[in-house]
Amino acid sequence: MNLELNQDRQMIRGAAEDFLSAYSDSAKVRAAHAAGGIDAEAWRRIAGELGWCGIAIAEEHGGLGLGLFELALLQEQAGRFLLAAPLFATACLAAPLLAEAGTDAARQHWLPALAAGELTATVALSARGLDPFAVGDGMYAGRDGDDYLLTGRCRHVPHALGADLVIVAARFSANVESTALFALPADAATLTPLATLDQGRPVAELRLNGVRLPAEARLDDGDAAAIVRGLSRAAIALAAEQLGLALQCLDLTVAYVLERQQFGRPIGSFQAVKHRLAETMVKVEAARSAVYGAAAEADAGISDDELLLAAASAKTVADAAARFAAQEAIQLHGGVGFTWEYDPHLYFKRAQAFSHWLGSADAWRERVAAKLLEDAA
Amino acid sequence: MSEQIESLRRELADWLTPRLAGQFGQLRHRGGPGDEDALGAERKEWEQELARGGWSCVGWPTEHGGRGLTIAEQVAFHEEYARLGGPGRMGHIGEGLIGPTLIAFGTPEQQQRFLPGIVAGTEFWCQGYSEPNAGSDLANVQTRAVQDPATGHWRVHGQKVWTSLAHESDWIFVLARCEPGSQGHKGLIFLLMKLDQPGVEIRPIRQLTGTSEFNEVFFDGAIAEAGHVVGAPGDGWKIAMALLGFERGVSTLGQQMHFAHELELLVDTARQNGAAKIPAIRARLAEAALGLKVLRANALRMMAGADDGQLHREALSYKYAWSNWHRELGQLAADVLGPDGDVIDGELNRLQQVYLFSRSDTIYAGTNEIQLNLIAERALGLPREPRPNANPKG
Ligand SMILES: Cc1cc2nc3c(=O)[nH]c(=O)nc-3n(C[C@H](O)[C@H](O)[C@H](O)COP(=O)(O)OP(=O)(O)OC[C@H]3O[C@@H](n4cnc5c(N)ncnc54)[C@H](O)[C@@H]3O)c2cc1C
Repeated sequence: MNLELNQDRQMIRGAAEDFLSAYSDSAKVRAAHAAGGIDAEAWRRIAGELGWCGIAIAEEHGGLGLGLFELALLQEQAGRFLLAAPLFATACLAAPLLAEAGTDAARQHWLPALAAGELTATVALSARGLDPFAVGDGMYAGRDGDDYLLTGRCRHVPHALGADLVIVAARFSANVESTALFALPADAATLTPLATLDQGRPVAELRLNGVRLPAEARLDDGDAAAIVRGLSRAAIALAAEQLGLALQCLDLTVAYVLERQQFGRPIGSFQAVKHRLAETMVKVEAARSAVYGAAAEADAGISDDELLLAAASAKTVADAAARFAAQEAIQLHGGVGFTWEYDPHLYFKRAQAFSHWLGSADAWRERVAAKLLEDAA
Repeated sequence: MSEQIESLRRELADWLTPRLAGQFGQLRHRGGPGDEDALGAERKEWEQELARGGWSCVGWPTEHGGRGLTIAEQVAFHEEYARLGGPGRMGHIGEGLIGPTLIAFGTPEQQQRFLPGIVAGTEFWCQGYSEPNAGSDLANVQTRAVQDPATGHWRVHGQKVWTSLAHESDWIFVLARCEPGSQGHKGLIFLLMKLDQPGVEIRPIRQLTGTSEFNEVFFDGAIAEAGHVVGAPGDGWKIAMALLGFERGVSTLGQQMHFAHELELLVDTARQNGAAKIPAIRARLAEAALGLKVLRANALRMMAGADDGQLHREALSYKYAWSNWHRELGQLAADVLGPDGDVIDGELNRLQQVYLFSRSDTIYAGTNEIQLNLIAERALGLPREPRPNANPKG
């Protein structure tokens, strides 16, 4: 696996950093929050001239054919600058799910448009939200001749309002865990936005009541393992965003403790403060190792079991880093850390929300434990 | 390239497996971290067997008796060695610390005198840095070295402490003060000293494990030969720090294989005694497994990183990360064992060793607190700790 930050990778990261530091500063982020959670201008440029949506999509489907590693580098910067745009939903969730689980026809139909940044897309996974361990839960698919009839609800569909493509996961029966993916036309869905603490990642509830879809709307060919693969990749990309959140919390707190004086000296000279920040850095570096390691492994091609472990390590460790870093950012800012005006709460809320997307650390650990203890048999 | 590595792995396995199944069977998986005092004589013999097979000092350049393996090959060697249960290396301090230091800073005479014994597994070394009043504050060493104007030899007085494996060693490298009245980093000297000589006394210290892996070493006029100073007198600090730099080498991946073996034992035990049914224990086992995976990625990042002589964040945080991971594994081992963890059946079992010895991982080679100071100051640029006695340039 290739963990080297070679020149191409440094360029990708540097370009993303340059763009987002200019286009996604605190004022713009807050403006985007007020505008439904999308910075339309930033998104237009990201999807358009910057071409971020196609970075990890195969060349045969019009993408750049780079890997999850490169996508993770972009996601890290998106996390640092609190990007309010459907990059995650489109390029990190919908695209890998299609690439892994889609039929040839589905991939040829959707991926080129996604790669070109012409479409925004998202995924409605279950009634419990973006839960990779409950795919299709709460959404039922029935057959009527060649057509499908979908009934049920999915919650926490990210950036659903305004999405051009909503991929819906559904089950054929309540008992059998046979899941399928469908492309839902934008006008077929009833979407109710949910008010959330993190205003930069709007989510909606999707309700379908006997919506009729033609056979062509079916995207997958029934390979449940492929869906898990797609979601594992999405979890690694989300972990990369958590890594960026954690890093930025660390950076802005280090800057603050060097500037803020108490007892006649910078508070950053107190060992108690230094140690909290040093511990934060250890967690950030662990998250970076976990995310880069997982992405590099995924790019090198690994077994499904190994991919699950890679995703578990990235997601659990990055979640922990982001939550800890955000907590310490608030703590070490003192009173201003508790205000709406200062930024730490923006990171705190997002890190908290993300930690429950695509599998909580607790859920991932139980999944890994089950494997570990069964493998030892 | 990966074919070359595969054939190296195979070559090592073909050599190692029959030996660990036969004559050296009792050494399999023994003598690793936390088990260093096990089977000393047998493990010295093993070092010589390794040397005969050409498997000692594999990362050293060939002109010094090594194999000149690339970093990637060394990684493969250490991983495969530990995975197959290769015994903990008695020669580690020679091969990993003083050898590379002599290759970098030693005179040709020192290299000719000392390197062959390390390669052959016939001379063993220990590290004489810490003193009763110089632990975290290592620059406060007080052991004195005075040069005899007639012979040029150095006479040494003072005391070292916590010296690992001194009782199994032939030589010690000593950080001492050669300029009377000097303070801190200045006026120090780096000496190579024979342990078997008048004026050296080694007293084992009983550890909380009940066993004795480290010692006090007293010097009362013992001699370091004139030619056995590394660097110039006064350059001791520079050499001592350079030596510590070799510690973060490729053998960390071997250490991780060893950890993986401990984790396997722990998982087996948890399954057998039912602890694996407790949800919190399951979660902690999973967390340990994932944490180890992350340590591995961290080590690989260190090796893939820019070779610019800088200590990057992944390297600066690594000691703190692995030692605390391991201490946590030790705690988990105790919790999995339950009340039986307190029962001693002859000697400590492997998991008892893990939970007791892992208490020291966060102390030696820079305590947790010192690591955090280093990270805060070097990586994050936060103000340095006040040092009343240090010169301002420090
Ligand atoms: C198993 C083992 C093997 C060892 N082997 C060797 C060996 O072979 N050769 C050798 O030379 N040494 C060896 N050591 C010694 C080891 O390097 C020292 O124990 C270590 O450097 C700490 O020094 P100390 O014991 O004097 O503790 P102290 O320095 O007295 O520290 C005591 C406590 O105070 C804290 N503290 C100290 N200074 C600061 C500060 N500035 N800020 C915050 N907290 C601080 C420490 O973190 C620690 O928690 C070994 C130690 C152990 C446990």
